[in-house]
Amino acid sequence: MKIKSLIISIITLFVIWVLLNMKLSTEVLISGAVVSVLVGLIFCYTCGIFDDLKLNPKAIGYWFLYIFVFIGELVKSNFDVARRVVSPKLPINPGFVEVKTKLKSKLGRMILTNSITLTPGTLTVELKDDTIFIHWIDVKGENMEEHTNAIVSKFEKYLEVIYG
Amino acid sequence: MEIIKIIGALITLLGSVFLLLGSIGLIRMPDVFTRIQTGTKASTLGTLLSLLGIGIIYFDIAGKIFLLIVFILITNPVSSHMLARAAHYIGVKKADVTVVDELEDFENEKLNNKTKISE
Amino acid sequence: MANIILQIAGGIMLLSIVLSTFRFFKAGSLVDRVVAFDVMTVASISLIALISHFAGRTIYIDVAIIYGLLSFLGVIIIARYLEKSL
Repeated sequence: MKIKSLIISIITLFVIWVLLNMKLSTEVLISGAVVSVLVGLIFCYTCGIFDDLKLNPKAIGYWFLYIFVFIGELVKSNFDVARRVVSPKLPINPGFVEVKTKLKSKLGRMILTNSITLTPGTLTVELKDDTIFIHWIDVKGENMEEHTNAIVSKFEKYLEVIYG
Repeated sequence: MEIIKIIGALITLLGSVFLLLGSIGLIRMPDVFTRIQTGTKASTLGTLLSLLGIGIIYFDIAGKIFLLIVFILITNPVSSHMLARAAHYIGVKKADVTVVDELEDFENEKLNNKTKISE
Repeated sequence: MANIILQIAGGIMLLSIVLSTFRFFKAGSLVDRVVAFDVMTVASISLIALISHFAGRTIYIDVAIIYGLLSFLGVIIIARYLEKSL
């Protein structure tokens, strides 16, 4: 299914072109369509990065839900950082922990690790197959199951529906 | 329209406060990894909020502002991940309060396998 | 009123750039310098957006886009170089 990736990347390029121009006149739309089809054909003819993306209504609903969960976690993580930086005793307890993910697709793993980097107190250091190594600023729990439950599970249940 | 401008300016002010907190964390934290954490996280939300405030004031360039926000949201975690991996690989000194390091065993194993193959 | 608040915000951004410059010159290791540089460029992106408001030229936002792209590429290349020496 290479054609799905091609179509999604062409649509993405066209949307970026329209947002950069911010007007909907005819010549802008025609030149943007021609250029985005050409660039998509040249650079994404055999790439398969969007193949795992599911496009049924349930997945799209979970996609919006995921965006809201992600923005909430981002704001929470920033207040967490602010609390740690401002408090005079510097309450940190850092360490490197190892967690497992159940996701199979590459794009899903990439989005999972990038989300982990932007959530409270965690930073992805290494990704190898289904093992993720995380630098955690305040380590809680003893073994790998507890770490996985604390860090990965809140995103994984949405991404499993979107990417499978 | 004055009230909308004031709301946008207040959002920008909040974003600049987050940027300031990020750089204070950069100075106060003890080692590289915690500095990466505070620096990149606080600066991501700070830039996002200040650009959002400018986008509310000038509504006709909201498309470019939106593109810039999405771009920063994608690229900032990638660069912080690459920096953390490079720092751990070249063996930058960790802080004394670090409690556990499960990544070190993994990298030592990888190095041993590599030397076996070359022998 | 809005202009005064934006001027205060610009001052705070300048202060944060100055603080990261302090970490840039007094770094413990090489990666510390790159992290300080990263925070400096991300703060300068919002400062450029603010300057585009004060100068009255919205075209400066394009400068901010290109600046962010180039700084991301620079940080990625330096990290790659530190890890595997190109």
